[in-house]
Amino acid sequence: MLKIEDINVYYGAIHALKGISLEVPEGEIVTLIGANGAGKSTTLRTISGLLKPRTGTITFEGKNIAGSPAQDIVKQGVSQVPEGRRIFANMSVLENLELGAYIRSDSKGIAQDLENVFQRFPRLRERKSQVAGTLSGGEQQMLAMGRALMSRPRLLLLDEPSMGLAPLLVKEIFAIIKEINASGTTILLVEQNANMALSIAQKAYVLETGRITLSGTAKELSESEAVRKAYLGG
Amino acid sequence: MDSFLQQFYQQLVNGISLGSIYALIALGYTMVYGIIRLINFAHGDIYMLGAYVAFFATTVFKLPFFPALIAAMVVSALVGVTIERFAYRPLRNAPKIAVLITAIGVSLFLEYGGMLAVSPQPRTFPALLPTGIFHIGGVVINSYQIIILAVSLILMAILTYIVHRTKIGKAMRAVSFDNDAARLMGIDVDRVISFTFAIGSALAAAAGVLVGIYYNSIDPLMGIMPGLKAFVAAVLGGIGILPGAMLGGVIMGVVEAMVSGFISSTFRDAAAFGILILILLFRPSGLLGKNVREKV
Ligand SMILES: Nc1ncnc2c1ncn2[C@@H]1O[C@H](COP(=O)(O)OP(=O)(O)OP(=O)(O)O)[C@@H](O)[C@H]1O
Ligand SMILES: [Mg+2]
Repeated sequence: MLKIEDINVYYGAIHALKGISLEVPEGEIVTLIGANGAGKSTTLRTISGLLKPRTGTITFEGKNIAGSPAQDIVKQGVSQVPEGRRIFANMSVLENLELGAYIRSDSKGIAQDLENVFQRFPRLRERKSQVAGTLSGGEQQMLAMGRALMSRPRLLLLDEPSMGLAPLLVKEIFAIIKEINASGTTILLVEQNANMALSIAQKAYVLETGRITLSGTAKELSESEAVRKAYLGG
Repeated sequence: MDSFLQQFYQQLVNGISLGSIYALIALGYTMVYGIIRLINFAHGDIYMLGAYVAFFATTVFKLPFFPALIAAMVVSALVGVTIERFAYRPLRNAPKIAVLITAIGVSLFLEYGGMLAVSPQPRTFPALLPTGIFHIGGVVINSYQIIILAVSLILMAILTYIVHRTKIGKAMRAVSFDNDAARLMGIDVDRVISFTFAIGSALAAAAGVLVGIYYNSIDPLMGIMPGLKAFVAAVLGGIGILPGAMLGGVIMGVVEAMVSGFISSTFRDAAAFGILILILLFRPSGLLGKNVREKV
């Protein structure tokens, strides 16, 4: 579904991604793990069109989307929950969700998806008219995910959804990710919590300072000595 | 009524009507700042442009007040969008100082280009509306002041509606809050920026037309002082905050009128810039602003 081939991404003189290739098959959960500063967010930001790769291609459902404007990429069906959630803290929960559906104009479908989001995240329904900035961290993560789902994506990019959440909430969020995937959305999951990520993913890539150093099935990687040492705490 | 109170109310009336002009201009400054963090120094000149468009619409094309106002707003909106497209957009990723200097360049271009095009001579703005004077308990209110206030309130109500209730308004707030997050929603940020310049310029143009009617004289440099004062008003209210611009504008107008009425009109401008110094010293984020560090 998504195929990245040999992309190089720079921040000015900083060479952040050094020839990365990876593939996300339709229907799967693929995870990208790596330490701080490895380039995980940079990869997702490049897929979403916030950054342009200097070389290389990004193919989504057969079309090269590398360098396309961000709004076109959302319209193709790729949505992102960015690192740190980046909800619109000064707007209401409902307005945040409406903005998630910005590219759509089918008011019936939007209403239906809003209902779906509220069913998946009942706490958001209760707090519909609350200012989003006053939500708890877990609720903000749910809002960010609900907002991304409002565009009805076929590929959902998640950047460290477990960041800063209590263990119980992390479990809940991962259960929801599995549900979203089960209902037909392909997922590319960036995580530092490698244990959890590998437990729900089918495929995994390890990123180190801008390069993919390991890849394989999630099972293979969770059993690999190198990964255990570096990311799974032994 | 004793003469002090009478004078006070009189200056309050004058100040509110002048202040609503500042508020209309300040809204454009604050919206553009909110969305691209640029102090658009050419904004005051858009106000001048609006006054001239209405002047020619009424004298050459014999349009009445209302259509002339609309024409001024539309033409200025188009010019505002064009300026953004060709002067500011190419500098989107350039250092702020480069964009700021460009804005000053655009301002000078409009002022001196304006002189070349329409001559530096002040023009007499035609009396488009019936004049009337009302006496309410010793306070004199003229019909233009009422019209200025009414038009300003209507435009501010429309703006508030657009920003809070429409899709493009929500997109404006989203872009102003977090540009990248807005792009992830599929919002075409360039389009939203164009729209913001269009609305801000249209409001400034309306202010220009209202001033033309009120003082019945316009000239190519008429935008400099009100532009600066509206900028102070935007900072006073909290730059980037729409109700702040409205509040700041009205306060500026009232302070100026009070200073002119009770002290001397020679100190009017000093008072305006005194406010800027005070606010920057004691409350740099403005009356309605929260004290937060600027996002990077
Ligand atoms: N805006 C930027 N300007 C310059 N360099 C940047 C910028 N953003 C990221 N970088 C650099 O690019 C590299 C990759 O950063 P990135 O944010 O992609 O890492 P990450 O894997 O997501 O890390 P984390 O787990 O901490 O989120 C880092 O060395 C970082 O310093
Ligand atoms: Mg990151």
